[in-house]
Amino acid sequence: MAHGSGGRATSDLIAEVFARAFDNPVLGAMEDAAVVPASARIAVTTDSFVVEPLEFPGGDIGRLAVCGTVNDLLMRGAAPQYLTCGFVLQEGLEIGLLQRIVDSFAQTAREAGVQVVAGDTKVIEGRKEESGGLIINTAGVGFVPEGCAIGAAGAKSGDAILVSGNLGDHHAAILSKRLGIDNSIKSDCAPLGEMVQALLAQNIQVHCLRDVTRGGLATVLKELAERSGVTMELDEEALPVDAQVRDFCGLMGLDPLYMGNEGKLVAVVAAEDAARARDVLAGCAYGADAAVIGRVTDEAPGTAYIRTLIGGKRVLDVLYGEGLPRIC
Amino acid sequence: MTDFKIDMDRQITKIKAWLAAYDGPDISIMEVCGSHTAAISKYGISGLLSSRLHLISGPGCPVCVTPTAYIDRLLALSLEPDTTVVTFGDLMRVPGRERSLADARSEGAQVEMVYSPMDILRLAKEQPQRRFVFAAVGFETTTPVYAMLLEQLIEQKIENVQLLTALKTMPEVIAWLCENGSGIDGFLAPGHVAAVTGAKLFEPLAARYQVPFGVAGFEAKELLFAVYGTFRAAVRCREERGCADVKNYYPSVVTHEGNELAQRIVDKYFEVSDAAWRGMGVIPASGRLLRAEYAGFDAGSAPLIQDHKKNQACRCDQVLMGRCLPGECPLFGTVCTPQNPQGACMVSEEGSCHQYLMYHRTR
Repeated sequence: MAHGSGGRATSDLIAEVFARAFDNPVLGAMEDAAVVPASARIAVTTDSFVVEPLEFPGGDIGRLAVCGTVNDLLMRGAAPQYLTCGFVLQEGLEIGLLQRIVDSFAQTAREAGVQVVAGDTKVIEGRKEESGGLIINTAGVGFVPEGCAIGAAGAKSGDAILVSGNLGDHHAAILSKRLGIDNSIKSDCAPLGEMVQALLAQNIQVHCLRDVTRGGLATVLKELAERSGVTMELDEEALPVDAQVRDFCGLMGLDPLYMGNEGKLVAVVAAEDAARARDVLAGCAYGADAAVIGRVTDEAPGTAYIRTLIGGKRVLDVLYGEGLPRIC
Repeated sequence: MTDFKIDMDRQITKIKAWLAAYDGPDISIMEVCGSHTAAISKYGISGLLSSRLHLISGPGCPVCVTPTAYIDRLLALSLEPDTTVVTFGDLMRVPGRERSLADARSEGAQVEMVYSPMDILRLAKEQPQRRFVFAAVGFETTTPVYAMLLEQLIEQKIENVQLLTALKTMPEVIAWLCENGSGIDGFLAPGHVAAVTGAKLFEPLAARYQVPFGVAGFEAKELLFAVYGTFRAAVRCREERGCADVKNYYPSVVTHEGNELAQRIVDKYFEVSDAAWRGMGVIPASGRLLRAEYAGFDAGSAPLIQDHKKNQACRCDQVLMGRCLPGECPLFGTVCTPQNPQGACMVSEEGSCHQYLMYHRTR
């Protein structure tokens, strides 16, 4: 608990664990607030991360925190620049584990091209049944280029719908770890910057971008359909799902359409750019399994559906409840 | 009984054409199993049928057919000192006479959710001074797992675990539906139940009531094929007497005899008993209870037969019998939603009402 008191123990913790990992001139000044260069169209986001376990196949809460934050900025076409991070440490958290997480946070921040310019640390008591937990809160700031108008209401009838890769990996990895199920499913936790910059640089007419997180692809598309007043129509055959994840879902009674990712985006682009957009995504580090998965129509504004493998029509709504495995 | 292994891709176009074009007398097939209702929703199969062909959901959702007395007993147990109720996720939000386990938990009731019954072994060993009561609900598919759990409890000499059972079997409820004028021309038989019991389970029913059965799997094409085959068989049975039989459209998993090991272990620990079904009352010999010599493991399952509606306008009972579509219930989608369920059919993800609402189904 002494680490949270603001005294010697606190400054030692900050110096040894955080400052070393996040080393940059702004943070190095150790002022109360960071004053940084900016530009006219600022994108701001905030997020909190409470995932358990703290480390999982394919990532950890630190990497997740950076990716989750920068990806939200990127989905508005903003170039992420700055991050803040607040760490709430629960008494009992092992310093070695904290160091690994902070190092991972720093490394991911470097990969994503963002600077950590402000931070805070608190320590709270552990309850009898649990201790050693960690919560991270972030804020992210980025800048939107002039003329860029990517948003949820931008989809138009005729547009193509793409996804940058396999569905459900993160959710399946976390659930596998929690249930002690042996497989090689990894979280796909990743920053989407390379893909977004590539789409914009290649002059793809991008109307909407969304990262596919909690609630899954179906939830995202239903929300876009409502905001844009269009119909989102998907082809089940075109949906990219890793074979292991598919089997895992089959066993657990889960649906990849409703499972979260942490490193995939949905892009709604002008029809004539569909094939090129797919190629651009596939050429990026995290876009290997990118696919065109459907189209936007004006059939029934605010609805989303999927053409099933046998040509049936399944209406998609947002996720109800928690997506728990069923009884029998 | 005949097994079907056919090159389905070639047949799919012809099958879909027949289903869409059928304009003979109305035919209703009941899918007894909640997982089939879910699969039919997921693949959009009812949208492929002409308006004369009807798929009706039946009472095959174990959570949905459990009477409120069972939930209320679990609630009472969860509030007893030194007792924890252990259950699957589905049961947490089913309303009893007034409230659910999830509601009670926020008032201090001790309830733990698990994904597998075997998790209770770990819980019981970690806290030997505490009594754990497992909510053992299910059909023939899950009962063997509870039998295996019991075997483990005995072998590992674990003495602080009991079961509150609501175990049911298929044949008697199907017979009840046939005897009580349900208007069903054929049945899509539950594939996972049949994996345990064997497809032979349905032969006496087909013979006695002269309705065809199609044992179906859960993948899109094989399920569509089973639906098609059963509709065609129902059409034929209308015209010809004595042709009703059981066809196995799930031969990769289901055999005629079933899993004899599973059947034996169930018989070892459980005996046939009467059981109460929401909407249908007590159906003789339609359930299972722990045998007398294992009564020490039972938490008082036998008398739990009363059912009370939380909301008098709830029509779950009619929906479970296939007499009312979910959309015909006055509470559907307005008062009764997954966030605020009035009856079990809306809580369980395999409940008919939940399915119809989630997938925006009208048929």
